[in-house]
Amino acid sequence: MSRVLIIAQHGDGSLNPATAKTLFGAKGLRVDDIDVAVFAEDAGEVAAQAAKLDGVTRVIKLEHPDFAHPTAARLAPEIAALAGNYSHVLGPSTTFGRDLMPRAAALIGVGQVSDVQEVLDSHTFKRPIYAGNAIVTVKAPADRPVIATIRAASFSAAGEGESACEIISREPTAEDPGHTRFIDLETGGGEGPDLQTADRVVSGGRAVGSSEGFETIYSFAKKLGAAVGASRAAVDAGYVPNELQVGQTGKIIAPELYFAIGISGAIQHLTGIKDAGTIVAINKDAEAPIFEIADYGLVGDLFEILPELEKLI
Amino acid sequence: MPRQVGAWRRPLRERGAFAGAGPFFMQDWLQWDVFETQEPNTMKILVPIKRVVDYNVRVKVKSDGSGVETEGVKMSINPFDEIALEEALRIKEAGNAEEVVVCSIGGKDCQQQLRTGLAMGADRALHVTTDEAVQPLAAARILLELIEKEGPEIVFLGKQAIDDDNSQTGQMLAALWERPQATFASKVELADGKATITREVDAGLERLEVDLPAVLTSDLRLNEPRFVKLPDIMKAKRKQLDEIALDELDVDAGAQLEVTAYEPPPTRSGGRILESARELVDELKNKGLL
Ligand SMILES: Cc1cc2nc3c(=O)[nH]c(=O)nc-3n(C[C@H](O)[C@H](O)[C@H](O)COP(=O)(O)OP(=O)(O)OC[C@H]3O[C@@H](n4cnc5c(N)ncnc54)[C@H](O)[C@@H]3O)c2cc1C
Repeated sequence: MSRVLIIAQHGDGSLNPATAKTLFGAKGLRVDDIDVAVFAEDAGEVAAQAAKLDGVTRVIKLEHPDFAHPTAARLAPEIAALAGNYSHVLGPSTTFGRDLMPRAAALIGVGQVSDVQEVLDSHTFKRPIYAGNAIVTVKAPADRPVIATIRAASFSAAGEGESACEIISREPTAEDPGHTRFIDLETGGGEGPDLQTADRVVSGGRAVGSSEGFETIYSFAKKLGAAVGASRAAVDAGYVPNELQVGQTGKIIAPELYFAIGISGAIQHLTGIKDAGTIVAINKDAEAPIFEIADYGLVGDLFEILPELEKLI
Repeated sequence: MPRQVGAWRRPLRERGAFAGAGPFFMQDWLQWDVFETQEPNTMKILVPIKRVVDYNVRVKVKSDGSGVETEGVKMSINPFDEIALEEALRIKEAGNAEEVVVCSIGGKDCQQQLRTGLAMGADRALHVTTDEAVQPLAAARILLELIEKEGPEIVFLGKQAIDDDNSQTGQMLAALWERPQATFASKVELADGKATITREVDAGLERLEVDLPAVLTSDLRLNEPRFVKLPDIMKAKRKQLDEIALDELDVDAGAQLEVTAYEPPPTRSGGRILESARELVDELKNKGLL
């Protein structure tokens, strides 16, 4: 009995693209049944979106006022209760999935396979360790449910199928433990495409020098229709909000085209862009490590090169 | 050696696991009854730290694929754990905690990192000794045993260890302990037995309020850890470091997952340095990227 349960991630009434990528990863398990669980206060819209995805057998709605801003402590027991019916429970390797899935795994009493980048067979996976400096093959025991998070950057998104699958409702079974309360969420309100799923990304580093300096990056990105990212140094210096960080401890992304501007190319940053299609680096230091992995490099001052590029595009 | 026993608590589950653990534990059991009548008015923070390859080292896979090269490589406290420890020390220095205890699970060598933790300012250290690799669920089970013994109000871990990059132990521990978790913390505020945690999430910054006791995990921007000074290193040598053999704990610490192969990542070879912005635009157009 091989059945997969995917925990949907969503926000503001729409399904997060990481869910469709998790689904794509799940298809590699070669199982017949893939269910998607949507926990929400009102799951209607998101469930309908999930039902359209190609390869989903059924969408399970679990609705409760607590799920307006669910915490891992609230959701993990719900997932553990559902897990008995499945051979695999998967979540995206986003901060949502990374917070939630290990808590569920511990309740089920199994280890978790984090950040799956390749599915070899139903119980064998490849995942990165040491900031991507090594790839390990891990085997999960065949007699226990497999709990895993799927690295979105390694999989394409599942498309829409011909017809929507069935949507069923289930009653939540756990109770709010009452010890963890959501207060608020502050988002940078960034315009432009979503960094995690954009086809083109322009990232700025420490060399950009200030928030005003980042206007140059934003302007160039806008012209390209690209999302804006940043190195940790640029985030730490307060030039841009934290959610723009790309790298080992930020977002792992795989755009078709990536610009690293005034970024030296520290290993922790490179981890975040290894799967990018084409990497372009602009740096005034010809010896910068970023050039060792960039497909195209321009040596020079970013404040001279960027405006010029912008004009040519 | 002076012992700090004021904040000790009766374990959640009584069992004989510690009774046979030698004089150190016997003493605690004997003293328990005396101290359980005193309401603990102080807070203890437990900070698990992991010995890992230093983040500056470019890790290489061994040529036979049996693991990564760790021979003669610089080892350090996992940077996220160091940040967690720094935060715990700041909480103590602000008068909001009485004791900071560092602990580690592993071979003899991880006492180096525990000593570094003591030099940073931790009051004492616990070393759960084992030569086997410990996976996150096992680590969480072991830490739960330490919690039952120590009764901390906060267990502060790093959000991930930079060797396995799993990002699981804190969350698993919170599940087993049935307590709140606030992961990826970039700000911690304590008041009235509660913690308000700002978390770095994909969408931005989320704030959670959790009742203590709780598990917290640190993100990079929480603080910048202090440098240890030479006199502190000397002082740390005299601080208390207790060993507990893993076998003496009643824990299933077996591996859950089997690692069958290590391989280097596919390398990206560097491309070309171009002469001008014009040339770049032409190249990208040729590849259909613009
Ligand atoms: C545990 C850990 C996790 C980390 N996680 C991440 C992570 O997720 N993401 C991340 O990015 N980093 C991460 N880091 C930090 C990482 O090690 C580097 O410190 C960081 O990436 C450096 O950022 P940078 O390249 O912008 O700055 P720098 O290294 O200072 O590089 C600036 C570059 O700009 C160039 N430059 C200067 N002026 C100009 C100019 N006018 N025009 C063009 N070029 C110019 C310089 O030649 C230099 O190469 C992590 C570190 C640790 C320890």
